[in-house]
Amino acid sequence: MNNPKYLLEADDDARKSPVRLVVVQGERRPAVDAADEPQVMTWPHLMLREAIALVVISLALSLLALFFDAPLEEIANPQKTPNPAKAPWYFLGLQELLHYYPPLISGVILPGLVIVALIVIPYFNINLKREAFWREDIKRKLLFFWIAVIGLSAVFLFTSAHPVWPLLIPLWAIAGMMMIPAVSSRRTGWVGWLGDRSLAFWIFLWFLVASIALTVIGTLFRGPGWQYTIPWIDGVY
Amino acid sequence: MIKPIPQTPQTWMDTLTQNRVFRSIVRRGLSDTNRNRSLAIFSNFFLHIHPVKVNVRAIRFTRTFYLGGLSAATLFILIVTGVFLMFYYHPSVPRAYDDMKDLQYVVYMGPFLRNLHRWGAHAMVALVLLHMVRVFFAGAYRPPREFNWVLGVVLLVLTILLSYTGYLLPWDQLAFWGVTVGTNMADAVPLMGESMKFLLLGGTKVNENALLRFYVLHCVLLPLLIVLVLCVHIWRVRKDGGVYLGDEPASGGEE
Repeated sequence: MNNPKYLLEADDDARKSPVRLVVVQGERRPAVDAADEPQVMTWPHLMLREAIALVVISLALSLLALFFDAPLEEIANPQKTPNPAKAPWYFLGLQELLHYYPPLISGVILPGLVIVALIVIPYFNINLKREAFWREDIKRKLLFFWIAVIGLSAVFLFTSAHPVWPLLIPLWAIAGMMMIPAVSSRRTGWVGWLGDRSLAFWIFLWFLVASIALTVIGTLFRGPGWQYTIPWIDGVY
Repeated sequence: MIKPIPQTPQTWMDTLTQNRVFRSIVRRGLSDTNRNRSLAIFSNFFLHIHPVKVNVRAIRFTRTFYLGGLSAATLFILIVTGVFLMFYYHPSVPRAYDDMKDLQYVVYMGPFLRNLHRWGAHAMVALVLLHMVRVFFAGAYRPPREFNWVLGVVLLVLTILLSYTGYLLPWDQLAFWGVTVGTNMADAVPLMGESMKFLLLGGTKVNENALLRFYVLHCVLLPLLIVLVLCVHIWRVRKDGGVYLGDEPASGGEE
């Protein structure tokens, strides 16, 4: 902090200190910026929409509950292990990773890293403004880009029990998409749109596509012994 | 145009809203003047959640798909159905499973109640994830909203924990082995893995103690936490200027 304009003194007597009632600073509040845009009254416009949303979701879930029964199998039996034993769907991506990496990596380090990465996203000072990745300094970026892609590919090809295709294929697909604006001279249309994306966008996209791939494979395409199955032939385990 | 407020009740709605009891609760009638509409928010609890006026773009469905609101609505449905389910449930072995069978065949509308809670739980996990994805792609996590993003991540973790602790409660094969697979991962945590698992399960295996612990976590501790964090989360949305509407136009100048 470089010399604040105002110092609010600390004191035990709350009636005397601070003495001034209000200090207006040149600080920008987000709500103030958009003051010129058309506005409506929260009551009834927003609150009515909220009420409708509540009714719609209640109705949708009620219909689901009327026509589809929640699963209930036989009573828990520690002596009888089902094959495969599957966790709930939102953990099946992790369980699928367990097939490639030991539990320490797939069950502790990777999910831990994901949570930490999610938390630090807004504090990650690099490119908070989300500038387009290829905007400037393309030569140096291309070098780092290919080192990163080849390095990650090597990690997921050779450090695991089997090549981690659910991570590798999205990685290569997204790397390919990132390369289009780097090699193309077009700056408009969809190429321009791709070129305007930030690095954070691409990394999150990879995380998203890879999570979906892992979860779908773990949920639908894995059967006894965690072998591949085809859901429409062998059924879903 | 200013409409005169009728002094004598004219419709059943007036009769309902123009009396001391109703006014003592919401302070305002269902008035159609903008002054009273703003006071309906301003003089009520709603000011904690909503500003008096909102930008038209912020309430458009395609802006947010109402994913955050729908997540909160699902949580509300889950709390209501969850409280009803608690009336029929004993967290002990094998009573827990018998209660499931009772819900299935004996309790009036029992299957509906359990189905609604089950599908609601899945829906909430999905909606919260979609909400996070939407917020990321909109770039709404950037200052001044960065801490609200962190609270959102906390809420996501709490949602998954709630869903996961609830997964064990039916005490069927699906529940038992689903939770066994998950808690076995705790073994892999270096140094404190075993003690962490022991703390979570009240033993070395998924058994009666684990059921009781998961029950208390699912019905008391985690719901309290999620409601608390959710309140702050929603309050901060308003304090940070409402729904993120894209980058401000770079006119500036009034700094």
